Amino acid sequence: MSFINYSSREINCKIVYYGPGLCGKTTNLQFIFKKTKPEQKGKLISLATETERTLFFDFLPLALGDIKGFRVRFHLYTVPGQVFYAASRKLILKGVDGVVFVADSQLERMEANIESLDDLKINLAEQGYELEKLPCTIQLNKRDLPNVAPVKEMTAILNPNNIPTFEAVAVGGAGVFETLKDVAKRVLFELRKHY
Amino acid sequence: MESNLIMYEEEFRRIDEELRKLYQQANAKVLFLIDKNGQLIASAGDTHQIDTTALASLTAGNIAATGGIARLLGEREFTVLFHEGDTDNIHISLIGQRVILVVIFDKRSSLGLVRLRVKKASEALVQIFTEITTKAEKEKIEGRLEESPFAEISDEDIDNLFR
Repeated sequence: MSFINYSSREINCKIVYYGPGLCGKTTNLQFIFKKTKPEQKGKLISLATETERTLFFDFLPLALGDIKGFRVRFHLYTVPGQVFYAASRKLILKGVDGVVFVADSQLERMEANIESLDDLKINLAEQGYELEKLPCTIQLNKRDLPNVAPVKEMTAILNPNNIPTFEAVAVGGAGVFETLKDVAKRVLFELRKHY
Repeated sequence: MESNLIMYEEEFRRIDEELRKLYQQANAKVLFLIDKNGQLIASAGDTHQIDTTALASLTAGNIAATGGIARLLGEREFTVLFHEGDTDNIHISLIGQRVILVVIFDKRSSLGLVRLRVKKASEALVQIFTEITTKAEKEKIEGRLEESPFAEISDEDIDNLFR
């Protein structure tokens, strides 16, 4: 649910990074934070456990610039990926405008990817959303590791609807901004459709 | 699915006025009005020392988590949260199921006074937000929203954001 403020001429959109535990959602946000100019970003907030696993969410506000005189703000959130934080994940999806599904490319994490994607669909449906109708981008992360599944195979399993897919190595930043730009574009185009 | 929140100048002024009134009557330090998804709508008082964007997001997370607990216990919602600090206290209330009112106050005020004033202000704010929703729905039906700046967003506009 975006928030359009004609008084302050601002538009706020919420983008959620979703995916299985340790797939690199927080790493995506950390890289974006590192590479964005100070005047374009707020604080990166991480509600994490002592072992740096996301407990509730990470949050990064970005104000990249203006479109038609409106300041465009994106609020990026991650969800906690670990299975037992299901209740928290549901809360964070409230009012979402766009989703980045971060998949872990390692062969042994394929089942976790599928499970997380199903979890996403169920949680969206509970709020009356359909993944197919929501601006969504898929990121195949960790492409630098030796035991990764072929892109074609991952796409066939995770992406039967042909959502744009980006290969990434979030640790080094490869594919991170490409993914963000794509989902941002979809969110803004969706606004164009409705207004 | 919730509809988008659209705020026009006139409603914003009325909200601002309500917040200022509450700010004075409750002897508060700072006030915030936040939408349930964590976006700041308006504020009153000295906000300079506070990262308002982060505060808005964390407060919404707080309310969401409390709402989750409420449902587990069979309650519809816990509408008031109160945190007490050494010098500052924070009173958080959910208004009309849609927006969150945050009042930060110190020893110059009291929980009783804040609760009383928040209750009064809530009624006025609920009224304004009901009108905002009605107005947006009406304009959507009448097709008046076509003049929106987003009708003509181009690929280039978006590319420019990422330069």
